[in-house]
Amino acid sequence: MSGAPILEVRNLKKYFDVRKSLFGEKTAVKAVDGVSFSVMPQESFAVVGESGCGKTTLGKLVLALEKSTEGSVIFDGNDVSKMNTAALKKMRREMQVIFQDPYSSLNPRMTVEDIITEPWIIHGMHKDPAERAKKLAKLLDDCGIAKSYLPRHPHEFSGGQRQRVGIARALSLDPKLVVADEPVSALDVSIQAQILNLLKDLQQERKLAYLFISHDFSVVRHLCTRIAVMYLGRVVETADSETLFNDPQHPYTEALLSAVPVPDPSIEKRRKRILLTGDVPSPLKPPSGCRFHPRCRYMKDSCQTNDQALIAAKPGHEAACEILPFKAARSAAALIAL
Amino acid sequence: MRERTVKAVDGVTYDLHPGKTLAVVGESGSGKSVHALSILRLLPEPPAQVVGGEILFQGQDLLKMDHEQMRKIRGNRIAMIFQEPMTSLNPVLKVGEQIAEAVVLHQGVSQTKAWAKAVDLLKKVGIPHPEERVNDYPHQFSGGMRQRAMIAIALSCEPDVLIADEPTTALDVTIQAQILDLMKQLQSEYKMAIVLITHNIGVVAEMADDVVVMYAGRAVEHASVNDLFKNPKHPYTKGLLGSVPSIYVRKERLEAISGQPPDLSGGFVGCPFEPRCGCARPRCMTDDPPQFHLPDARMSNCWENENESTQHSHRHERTGGKR
Repeated sequence: MSGAPILEVRNLKKYFDVRKSLFGEKTAVKAVDGVSFSVMPQESFAVVGESGCGKTTLGKLVLALEKSTEGSVIFDGNDVSKMNTAALKKMRREMQVIFQDPYSSLNPRMTVEDIITEPWIIHGMHKDPAERAKKLAKLLDDCGIAKSYLPRHPHEFSGGQRQRVGIARALSLDPKLVVADEPVSALDVSIQAQILNLLKDLQQERKLAYLFISHDFSVVRHLCTRIAVMYLGRVVETADSETLFNDPQHPYTEALLSAVPVPDPSIEKRRKRILLTGDVPSPLKPPSGCRFHPRCRYMKDSCQTNDQALIAAKPGHEAACEILPFKAARSAAALIAL
Repeated sequence: MRERTVKAVDGVTYDLHPGKTLAVVGESGSGKSVHALSILRLLPEPPAQVVGGEILFQGQDLLKMDHEQMRKIRGNRIAMIFQEPMTSLNPVLKVGEQIAEAVVLHQGVSQTKAWAKAVDLLKKVGIPHPEERVNDYPHQFSGGMRQRAMIAIALSCEPDVLIADEPTTALDVTIQAQILDLMKQLQSEYKMAIVLITHNIGVVAEMADDVVVMYAGRAVEHASVNDLFKNPKHPYTKGLLGSVPSIYVRKERLEAISGQPPDLSGGFVGCPFEPRCGCARPRCMTDDPPQFHLPDARMSNCWENENESTQHSHRHERTGGKR
């Protein structure tokens, strides 16, 4: 992994104005508040967080489906926010999306064939019938869709099959980057495993980069090589996958990992769980200083005022925590290394 | 439209012991929730019909009870918590009123006493400032707090059995950890038996003593949690365990189960899992396997286990009368 990143996000912000009452004052919900990261070609990069952390808004900003308040999204060297309609259309050939809910993201009145091939019509590609048929056959084969599905409508299929159609549609234009927003969270485990294997195979075969948005650490560990953890609109930690799981630096990541149930009773019985107190604060009124401080078990007085930026723990491993240099003093009860 | 019968639950047998947790695992449509609703007789009848079997609670068959007797059990001796705390709480009643309601109904105490008990219960389930929050409406609570309130209602009469139907599925992992921890803590305090219905294999590993795996409305395997994870017998259980990614081990590929779960309206010739089974034999297509009882109080619904079996029973051998 060298050379220029396929996607670069710089200090990205998105604020939504809300009014508490009809004539009340406007306040801003800082859904995404200063996020930076980059994704290399052929890399699978995950953004993980709990509900309300801004991960979906981040995905929409990257796809230029939302306009950012500040900051920039640079795709393949070009700033997405400065693009006109024509340039955006061209860019979208290279950057596609897979949505969470395969029930609502496919047009119920179109056949599977229309859904998958519509992008070609929009972009005026593969007009030659023979070439089109060949491309389609390859795509169906890659995504595990039977040819007999083509004339049928989405309602005739189960969730897993629909998600395959959604994936085929996203890949029909041979994109370089696929933004996948919780692509397996609506599926049963046995089907989820099929789709995860498929996403992995497709990545290797088609040399894709993924921006994978998820709340599920186990899924992310299986699929992704680098991870950013978000909390209340901020990235609190980034590292490559193995490092993050074995040596989490931010107290939030540490607690989050310890909360994930492990499908093995012998491990579960030995594990120490770090229980966070309370709920995620409202993004309308984020806490002062470090946003995690009210729930943090290592909290110091200065955390209430000092809003710590990401600092490097090791090359390629960053965390936004003031107590980082003191990590050695932390209890060895830390979870993951058993 | 032709009417068809869907056998949503077809032959599920287990024992539940005080202070123990039994997990019922399965994917959507496996019948795990219908089985739970039928214990408390909460299924709308018609169209639903319990056509056989018995549900013995402290020696009495719940299926033979009349409505009055059932009301005395429901919410009192056997309580239930549901997946969606928002839709299962009444939006126009204060949280305190909803807790006190059960206390007044089943314990016949005064409103004032019941209200004081509601405050106590909220405190017990870890709601901060219970004296004030007892006056809140459900929409003023977060998802995790609503589930805590649901648990407070369920615990109000110190039930013997708690049925928890996907209690943490709608919650974030950190909140899920809090709720599961609370359930464990309250279980050891009240010596409740818990029936935990879930699709999350990790939650099963954390919570359960015994596990029933359901597929296509049937119990396909029953074992203690350690036996089940160490040595799964039924091919579906093996597939299910292989499908789950874990934060501990990075598997190169997940051992996915191919195909889709079956349509339950047709009925089956042979084993319902046969079309998706990696080790299916010709016999599986034609002969429906019975439940094989294996050593260590295990059960498997697969022909593979025929030789190890000490005895077997057919799902349709009814022990109870037909209602």
